Amino acid sequence: MSILIDQTTRVIVQGFTGDKATFHAKEMIAYGTHVVGGVTPGKGGQRHLDRPVFNTVKDAVDTTGAEASLAFVPPAFAADALMEAADAGLRLVCVITDGIPAQDMMRVKRYLRRYPKERRTTIVGPNCAGIISAGKAMLGIMPGHIYLPGNVGIVSRSGTLGYEAAAQMKALGIGVSTSVGIGGDPINGSSFLDHLARFEEDPDTHAVVMIGEIGGPQEAEAAQWAKENMRKPVVGYVAGLTAPKGRRMGHAGAIISAVGDTAAEKAEIMRSFGLHVAPSAAELGTTVARSLARAA
Amino acid sequence: MDIHEYQAKELLAGFGVPIPRGGVAYSADQAVYVATELGGWHWAVKAQIHSGARGKAGGVKLCRTYHEVAEAAKAMLGTRMVTNQTGPAGKMVSRVYVEMAEPFEREIYLGFVLDRKAERIRVIASAAGGMEIEEIAHAKPETILQAEVEPAVGLQPFQARQLAFGLGLNLKQVSQAVTALLGCYRAFRDLDATMVEINPLVVTKDDRVLALDAKMSFDDNAIFRRTQIAEMRDVTQEDPREAQANQLGLNYVGLEGDIGCIINGAGLAMATMDMIKYAGGEPANFLDVGGGASPERVKQAFDLVLSDRGVRAILVNIFAGINRCDWVAQGVVAAARDLKVPLVVRLAGTNVEEGERIVRESGLPIITAETLADAAHKAVAAARDHRAAA
Repeated sequence: MSILIDQTTRVIVQGFTGDKATFHAKEMIAYGTHVVGGVTPGKGGQRHLDRPVFNTVKDAVDTTGAEASLAFVPPAFAADALMEAADAGLRLVCVITDGIPAQDMMRVKRYLRRYPKERRTTIVGPNCAGIISAGKAMLGIMPGHIYLPGNVGIVSRSGTLGYEAAAQMKALGIGVSTSVGIGGDPINGSSFLDHLARFEEDPDTHAVVMIGEIGGPQEAEAAQWAKENMRKPVVGYVAGLTAPKGRRMGHAGAIISAVGDTAAEKAEIMRSFGLHVAPSAAELGTTVARSLARAA
Repeated sequence: MDIHEYQAKELLAGFGVPIPRGGVAYSADQAVYVATELGGWHWAVKAQIHSGARGKAGGVKLCRTYHEVAEAAKAMLGTRMVTNQTGPAGKMVSRVYVEMAEPFEREIYLGFVLDRKAERIRVIASAAGGMEIEEIAHAKPETILQAEVEPAVGLQPFQARQLAFGLGLNLKQVSQAVTALLGCYRAFRDLDATMVEINPLVVTKDDRVLALDAKMSFDDNAIFRRTQIAEMRDVTQEDPREAQANQLGLNYVGLEGDIGCIINGAGLAMATMDMIKYAGGEPANFLDVGGGASPERVKQAFDLVLSDRGVRAILVNIFAGINRCDWVAQGVVAAARDLKVPLVVRLAGTNVEEGERIVRESGLPIITAETLADAAHKAVAAARDHRAAA
């Protein structure tokens, strides 16, 4: 098993015919993802990558039975695309786009609450590398070959640090069930906590790595939840010990502006809630190995 | 993105927030002219820099004569002002704001922020204005009032009234405070701000409510649709290297150390900087070259990092996802040809073998590393040796 996606998940790509979307859609298909079509307003009726193109997400869902999408839409139109996906009833949207205005995401999150919990769309991202269920399906832009199929879940704000964790684990023979990038923006579609909860329920995930960074209250919230609700071991790491206060470190959300925002404070909170904290990013793999050995 | 006080006041006034009359000046003569135009007997001359805590740094002077206005402007203009928020280099004062000053009875704090936990705009008010909000939270937390804005409908008048009455204002003052609160909120929403701070909002002896100071920051991701704000950018208030990086579309933050960093991905960049520190060194910068880093882009990144004269070694750490290592390696090799400091390169991910081959066969003295830890240790050692040799 895995969380969020597997080889049976019917996927569409929003912004399907763009250059980047085309490139990554091909990669996703090559990895084994069940891509059933895509959406580009105005190009409905055409075929692209041997799959149908639709004008609206609703048309795509009605015709193909799609349940998930990868959104490759420019920042100015991303909020609209996400609300369209939610309205069409998609279960999952992964949004790669970097540069979406924060207030747009605030309105999108509010919009999602129009729908009852059972049919509410889960958004992963924005500004993320996507989701991969190792050996099954990929909804994102990551290099698929660095993920060995296995039993550890990864949830990370940073894309490349998620890769780093997967590669270190692979070198030690440890595989991944699903890796989720929640993205580097201040308002995320879904949080660490949302995905920890899914990993806790997934019988094939035996441990979880949670890779955070400076800025925002998410890591602390998730660590507390893990202590109170999880039986599986959780390895934590927080990037940005050397980051100065008040400066944005690349990611829109990576800024120290309030109490509890620093890497040192977050790592301490994780420790206090019983997480196994990796002392540096070079020890993500070995810390996972130790915590699996302890749990066994 | 930050703007100056006088710009923030101009914007807020457009949304109905009451502000004192004032004008901007680029010279002492202009400052006096503004004062004569404003009329009255007292003026405040205020240095316009992107920083709070200007008062303590001598950036706000109360003047009683035109002569004092000229002297105050002269003393501020052309200097680099250091406050507890600017860092030791300070910020250049190239303009002052001259404002009519009048006595006031009360100082109130008003702040609007994007609350990441609630995912909503949060309004913060306190009767203990004039102090920084961190100070208020520490010394007088009981004076802090808050309201959360429901994004679907916006800040409601009843919420503004609750805050205004909660601050202990009288009826006449309440209606003006409500206007100020709703105006600030609309400015926040319509201009894609991330922060609006009025500190202090003052109450005059004749029951008028005025924004005596104003600070606004804007969402960099929304600047594309706020051209009015984009035009307010003052690059003299930014680190010149960061301004240049911004032009090139690179993310750069200058730091104090001597190991230059060129990395893809913000998270990996931060983690690599931490690793350098862990290995006993200090990073000179944060730099994310981003997704599709072409050889030209890598070269630009090298130029930017090397424009910091303190750099004693460079560490390139690329974990290629969308990137291909061979592509990045070509840029690294081209940039390394006339490099005067040691270079450590670690490549991983897509096309790593090809990338490593390009580096190896370049014949250049590039130090290669297999892992993140290896790369950091080698960079720290190389910087130390280079320092010793110099």
